[in-house]
Amino acid sequence: MTTAELTPNSFRNQPDHRGHFGQFGGRYVAETLMPLVLDLEREYRAAKQDPAFAAQFDDLLEHYVGRPSPLYYAERLTEEVRKNAPAGKGAQIWFKRDELNHTGAHKINNCIGQILLAISMGKTRIIAETGAGQHGVATATVCARFGLPCFIYMGAKDIERQQPNVFRMRLLGAEVIPVTSGAGTLKDAMNEGLRDWVANVHDTFYIIGTAAGPHPYPELVRDFQSVIGKEARAQMLSRINRLPDLLVAAIGGGSNAIGLFHPFLDDKDVQMLGIEAAGHGLEKEHAASLAGGRPGILHGNKTYLLQDDDGQIAEAHSISAGLDYPGIGPEHSWLKEIGRVRYDSVTDTEALAAFQLLCRTEGIIPALEPAHAIAAVEREAKKMDRDQIILANLCGRGDKDIFTVAEALGTKI
Amino acid sequence: MSRLSTAFSKPHPALVAFITAGDGDTAANLDALVAGGADVIELGMPFTDPMADGPAIQEANIRSLNAGTTTADIFALASAFRKRHPDTPLVLMGYANPMTIRGGDWFASECNKAGVDGVICVDIPPEEDPELGPDLRSAGIDLIRLATPTTDTARLPAVLNGASGFLYYVSVAGITGLQVAAQTSIDEAVARLKAHTDLPIAVGFGVRTPEQAANIARVADGVVVGSAIVELVAQHGVNAAGPVRDYVASLKSAIISARG
Repeated sequence: MTTAELTPNSFRNQPDHRGHFGQFGGRYVAETLMPLVLDLEREYRAAKQDPAFAAQFDDLLEHYVGRPSPLYYAERLTEEVRKNAPAGKGAQIWFKRDELNHTGAHKINNCIGQILLAISMGKTRIIAETGAGQHGVATATVCARFGLPCFIYMGAKDIERQQPNVFRMRLLGAEVIPVTSGAGTLKDAMNEGLRDWVANVHDTFYIIGTAAGPHPYPELVRDFQSVIGKEARAQMLSRINRLPDLLVAAIGGGSNAIGLFHPFLDDKDVQMLGIEAAGHGLEKEHAASLAGGRPGILHGNKTYLLQDDDGQIAEAHSISAGLDYPGIGPEHSWLKEIGRVRYDSVTDTEALAAFQLLCRTEGIIPALEPAHAIAAVEREAKKMDRDQIILANLCGRGDKDIFTVAEALGTKI
Repeated sequence: MSRLSTAFSKPHPALVAFITAGDGDTAANLDALVAGGADVIELGMPFTDPMADGPAIQEANIRSLNAGTTTADIFALASAFRKRHPDTPLVLMGYANPMTIRGGDWFASECNKAGVDGVICVDIPPEEDPELGPDLRSAGIDLIRLATPTTDTARLPAVLNGASGFLYYVSVAGITGLQVAAQTSIDEAVARLKAHTDLPIAVGFGVRTPEQAANIARVADGVVVGSAIVELVAQHGVNAAGPVRDYVASLKSAIISARG
């Protein structure tokens, strides 16, 4: 059984021909980039129709990335949550194990797709931005695999807190370029990536790491990441012959979440919950653009942004470098506005507790990003009946975060 | 005739001078630009994320925002300038978000009230024109579009459709203030653009020396200088007006003699 056919009222036929998801998305870039963005769209349309492109993508995902990733019933976590739930409550918790991918996160799915596009466009130089370093590692990995020079822009502050990933990128042959402008985090790295791109349009391909940026990036990143939801949907049906009641995923830019959600959007009985990072709390510093922001234009798209009354962009905060961004992919803004997906948030403290809970109950060290989703799963499961099913995306593993977590727990390693 | 049309109808090409609003003593620096002979003023609206700008203008944006500059302050600067200089055209240049956050209609109406003549928005290409273009046009504000080395002949009509005031040719594919394009490529580009439009063509990005300004003035209708002036403001702080006036005057005399 495959996903439902597209109908005119489908939630899966966005964006429109101008790259808009309702009022969101679009192509808000400097004129220098516009012709290239239009080229990329043409190239992507052709690739989407090309069976050879799909075959190469699928082959690499299977034999290089290690897909399909397992679908796993987290029995001990489910039991643990039931202990604190009202009688008869405590939904079954399942995980899509994208942390088992090569390079340790879902990011590689998208990088494989984009580097194939870069090669077919004849581009010979790859750039990317990274926050936590997971997208940087995944980009450096595919560049090594295909023999292309790789330049990664990374905020100076993130370089400091993500040293293991910086070293990984360098081992893989990438040049990591520290960005000191602004607060030295993901937003500033993206600005610097765009500045490089505008100066090197003739030979450079920009591998954007999340489902954001100018059209067609939000669409193509979503499509490449949709392998998560397509596999999960088929696996659920073959394992227990039913679909989950609730999907949960963490959201920074939102690529793992849209990858999980999109293939289920027309399954009307499947509810979805996206979890933003509430940092120190929504009334303090946080990274929850939907909860605490409003629509605006940044980095090529219109979407919810953390900003002041004059439209100056605010600095985000999250313990998770991968969620530390003041915007969100435009399709999430649209899904929020039409009410198809519910969005909520989880604080640093709640995510740290969920991180430890998963370590102890399931023997899985999650990344801090999906730890946010796990905290929400715990919350939701207690409200749901025991025969109901939650499927959460375990989008990354926590090896990269052990130093951050140790520091937060007051342990020196 | 609009102030911009008048500025581009002088016997010599126009000197278009840029500074960032709220960086240093902006009112004094604006007066210095006029005193030095600038024909058109571009007043930069600071933004936290100036993706198309090089280090000089990035830092000017940060200095301005750190000093607390608001959009209301920028319109106040523009209004006051208009009272002091009734004839010098003033163009606001910046990024989409600060311009559209209260709605394009609000922004166009504020421009109108402040006596702003035109708007350059870096990250609203023709494809996203509905965001701001219709509001500016109905308020009688010129929307100045950018053409670049990557804007090919097939795309030019889209760029020109809805453009007015002048056409800003960004002579290098890159960010502001770093390198200057080869003169031959500027000559070719201006000739190509002139075949498609009657709008005046001003050339900018990386122009620093009077010699470069003169070379561009031989072929184009205007020369845009930004980062080099902004660097003087950075260097001299609140006492930049004198050096800015002298530098602008040196550019102006080179431009006038270029067509001599």
